[in-house]
Amino acid sequence: MDNKENIKHEPLVRFHEVTKRYGSLTVLDKLNLDIQANEMVSIIGPSGSGKTTVLRMLMTLEMIDEGVIYLEGKPLTHMESNGSLVLADEKHIRSIRSNIGMVFQQFNLFPHMTVLQNCVEAPINVLGLKPDEAEERAIDLLGMVGMLDKKDEHPSRLSGGQQQRVAIARALAMRPKVMLLDEVTSALDPEVIGEVLSVIRKLNSEHNLTMLMVTHQMGFAREVSDRVCFFYEGKIAEQGPPSQIFEAPKNERTKQFLSAVLNAN
Amino acid sequence: MFNGIGITIAQMLCSTALAIIISLIFGLMRLSSNRLILGIATVYIEFFRGTSLLIQLYWIYYVLPLLINISLEAFYAGFIALGLNFGAYGAEIVRGSIQAVPRQQWEAAKSLNMSPILLMRRIIIPQTFPHLLPPFSNLLVELLKATALVSLISVTDLFFMSKVFNQTYWMSLQVFGTALIIYYILARFFLTPFLRWLEILAARKVGKLIG
Repeated sequence: MDNKENIKHEPLVRFHEVTKRYGSLTVLDKLNLDIQANEMVSIIGPSGSGKTTVLRMLMTLEMIDEGVIYLEGKPLTHMESNGSLVLADEKHIRSIRSNIGMVFQQFNLFPHMTVLQNCVEAPINVLGLKPDEAEERAIDLLGMVGMLDKKDEHPSRLSGGQQQRVAIARALAMRPKVMLLDEVTSALDPEVIGEVLSVIRKLNSEHNLTMLMVTHQMGFAREVSDRVCFFYEGKIAEQGPPSQIFEAPKNERTKQFLSAVLNAN
Repeated sequence: MFNGIGITIAQMLCSTALAIIISLIFGLMRLSSNRLILGIATVYIEFFRGTSLLIQLYWIYYVLPLLINISLEAFYAGFIALGLNFGAYGAEIVRGSIQAVPRQQWEAAKSLNMSPILLMRRIIIPQTFPHLLPPFSNLLVELLKATALVSLISVTDLFFMSKVFNQTYWMSLQVFGTALIIYYILARFFLTPFLRWLEILAARKVGKLIG
């Protein structure tokens, strides 16, 4: 019984004392962070504060130095062996990683494939969907991001905003439980940022997806987030609902950062 | 002499096929994080690039039978030596063009939970062709001309036949002049246009338009 209760309240994602170092530089310092299902969490902070590293560790693109990351209560970065946790092997990682999707700053579409092929490649070859089933799913998603009319184009013929919308559809086609958005508008021209943000807004309001977003768009973070985490030197210096972080920050660093960013705008 | 052209083309095709296989295998091995695999590939490449092709040819044809009692017909010994040698150069081209694919492509594929094999096969290798083909074309033109060496282990290729003709008729200018022109025609009007076409095809595949 107790056990069942526990599972119910288990956060979808849990970072437990996670440390990441590059040489002598500590990028993440004993990070603890829980993300509940259907929660939209934004990560803000100065560059070099470890924001992007949080996402890259969760996506298993970076090795973990200390601590454990859990997904639905199961260790992602580690696995049990003789009652103790050891670093996970490729097989274990792959069995859990399919629950996580990521959208990158530089879109990273596959240039040798059309928009549609980009969106069906993994569903067919990783999830084992039938080609027409995968195509149906991709067409639905491309319609949602407004890219259906470009489905047979190669990425090089699309604008940055269009490529990013395709990248969102490609990640969603895997039906992840949690979506990671890594500065998805930072490489875009100002006039196309809006089209990408409106897709994310839609995901948040209509699809109730769990999202973890690193962003420099303070207005957007404030508008859509359930919770905002301010990172400073590899730690969460302050976190709370957007109203608290943006209107009444308590931490000195948060105040400095926000006034610098907001003044620049 | 026409027979000789056929043998030269056959040598070319067989050694190209072998060189491509060797290039792929050793090029991928060169990227391995396993020290043993990496070491084997490095030794292989260093050995075949660092020693003379002509001597390798003689080894495979004359020395192997003495050492380990493997004796190959001249035709096989010829294209095997060529393929092993040019494969070593090709392996470095393969390694370089895989490394030229942006790291973000690996990350995007991993984020879609692709297995390492699927990632290589469907995402990375198709993107290497535009980087791979120009230096590989160069190598294959080199290879075509290097096939003349197999005449020295008595493969009856174009150059071997030219020498036979010359010994019979004593017309060096005409005979070796013709041989020169035939090699040129093979390279200029058959091999190069074919490789160029492949390059354009590969570039188109990744959405670029050239030529």
